[in-house]
Amino acid sequence: MTPVTSVEGKAYPFGRKNVDTDVIIPAHYLKTITRAGLGRGAFETVRAEPGNVFEDPAYAGAPILIAGDNFGCGSSREHAAWALGDMGVKAVIAPSYSDIFSGNAFKNGIVAVVLPQEAIDRLLEVAKDNPITVDLESMSVTTPFQDRFSFEMDPFRRDCLINGLDEIGLTMAREEKIGAYEAVMAAERAWL
Amino acid sequence: MTQPRTLYDKIWDAHVVEKRDDGTCLIYIDRHLVHEVTSPQAFEGLRAAGRKVRRPDLTLAVPDHNLPTTARLDAAGHRLPIADPESAQQLAALEANAPAFGIRYIDAVAPEQGIVHVVGPEQGFTLPGTTLVCGDSHTAAHGALGALAFGIGTSEVEHVLATQTLLLKQSKTMEVRVDGTLGFGVGPKDVILAIIGKIGAAGGTGYVIEYTGSVIRDMSIEGRLTVSNMAIEGGARSGLIAPDEKTFAYLNGRPMAPSGEAWEKALAWWKTLPTDAQAVYDRVVTLDATDISPSLTWGTSPEDVVPITGVVPDPESFADPSKQAAARKSLDYMGLTPGTRMQDVEVQNIFIGSCTNSRIEDLRQAAAIARGRHVAGNVRQALVVPGSGLVKRQAEAEGLDRIFIEAGFEWREPGCSMCLAMNPDKVPAGERCASTSNRNFVGRQGPGARTHLVSPAMAAAAAVTGRLTDVRDLLGEAA
Repeated sequence: MTPVTSVEGKAYPFGRKNVDTDVIIPAHYLKTITRAGLGRGAFETVRAEPGNVFEDPAYAGAPILIAGDNFGCGSSREHAAWALGDMGVKAVIAPSYSDIFSGNAFKNGIVAVVLPQEAIDRLLEVAKDNPITVDLESMSVTTPFQDRFSFEMDPFRRDCLINGLDEIGLTMAREEKIGAYEAVMAAERAWL
Repeated sequence: MTQPRTLYDKIWDAHVVEKRDDGTCLIYIDRHLVHEVTSPQAFEGLRAAGRKVRRPDLTLAVPDHNLPTTARLDAAGHRLPIADPESAQQLAALEANAPAFGIRYIDAVAPEQGIVHVVGPEQGFTLPGTTLVCGDSHTAAHGALGALAFGIGTSEVEHVLATQTLLLKQSKTMEVRVDGTLGFGVGPKDVILAIIGKIGAAGGTGYVIEYTGSVIRDMSIEGRLTVSNMAIEGGARSGLIAPDEKTFAYLNGRPMAPSGEAWEKALAWWKTLPTDAQAVYDRVVTLDATDISPSLTWGTSPEDVVPITGVVPDPESFADPSKQAAARKSLDYMGLTPGTRMQDVEVQNIFIGSCTNSRIEDLRQAAAIARGRHVAGNVRQALVVPGSGLVKRQAEAEGLDRIFIEAGFEWREPGCSMCLAMNPDKVPAGERCASTSNRNFVGRQGPGARTHLVSPAMAAAAAVTGRLTDVRDLLGEAA
């Protein structure tokens, strides 16, 4: 995973609530056996709406997406995170995420920042015409107008993101512990 | 003395391999279901890193999502090709990956093939007190048997394949208690729609739900599977139900369930799992069975629930301005006007199937309505898609296929079908579907498709009248 310490640039001022993963990437794009190229299907139904932020040249290639509550709800499809990554999004800012999506985003090096709705409202306003910055070192989102919104993040996830750590590799290094657990279970719950 | 614990706490504690200083735990995974859509990239990752599947014996692969539900064999018994090249490639990938990594594989024409969440319980692969995962959010379904079951992304699929573990933080617990006795014509689907309507689509985020109360206790295992299945539509990754005598009777004798002495040992442990009397949940939500009617959705979020006797809501009636905006957008997409009686809304498509409602009891309930009636003239497509080959065979043994076919329904091969529009079964743009599936999202059943989530009996009722219908009108008055 590529290390990420900060994400700076334009942000899609999307702001919508309950954005489900069928909206982020419709099912007909899921018949792929690779992780690449899903950006072309991202937000397909939203892109069909007049005046949407994704077709607006002002935000083309923006690395940040600002959304409403419960972003990424619904299906567990990691294709949603791959699609966001493929369209160049490296950070999402929202008041809340579905549990599965926030895990998927993290595993693909996408920073999922949680900020209260008031902060989101302000950022949606600023992002219309200005860049914003998400900084993982200081755990803050800042604007050119001296706004500064601090956020919290699980220390393990932050560490993995900043250092680009491979979680599977880290777990495989715990082989001894896993083997010991299996040995105990083979005796105690042999029916498994 | 040990602290009183919930069912969730007990399963969690029994699976901690290692606890880190920050509270994150390495959790052992007992069961892993794999399907064609969310696994190819995981197997590719293993290959690229030169990694093996740690416990192929705890892993079971079945194709379901993009498999067409039309005939799979020709008259001579040969496999028919899959027309869509991408689907064919994805299915071929699973068919190749399973043996390459030593994983048990139920192929597309095996009698046991079906939707992963139907196959797992049916085969006895799903057991109480286990941790069970699958790259699919409706994995929550297996919670009905007392398994801590949840959907995972593809990176996590790869993590489980490689290590048989996941790094997790303990969730909060929410008790959803439904007490009382369900009214005439009210079933498990109505119960879960009522729950989601009450807690909202994000109400369970960060929580694991445990369903309790007399309604849940009185419910059959198949009914419980419907209720647990949709926990994710209320935001909760898992929806547990304490294992009881019904659970044990359901599992006893299933092909992958323990038998003999192993069964007795397992049973003794399973009986220790229910939540202790003094245990405390982080949040408690209660519903009274008498408040639950035959229900359905009107909008594009599973929380948009109304009784069938209700009307399309006015967006201005919602207190939250963002909900008002969402409702306006939903109604525009759904082509509905506030104040319209739900029962006056015509439908062109009927889907009876999906991991929520494709088991034998679901088909029996739908057939009871379809018997002796006929699909209405304005209905263009009415599909009945059994959840597995075994469900299909059972239904055929009971003559349910004849009832459906004579009534004008199509009787299909098992699979996810019209639930998610990634196989040939789709709802055409602008058309409406009474569907027993779990999601009414924009475009879920096809671009521009309009979904109303209903129970199997309500879907059959809509099929024969051509409009959304109160199933009680067709069941007649209660005796």
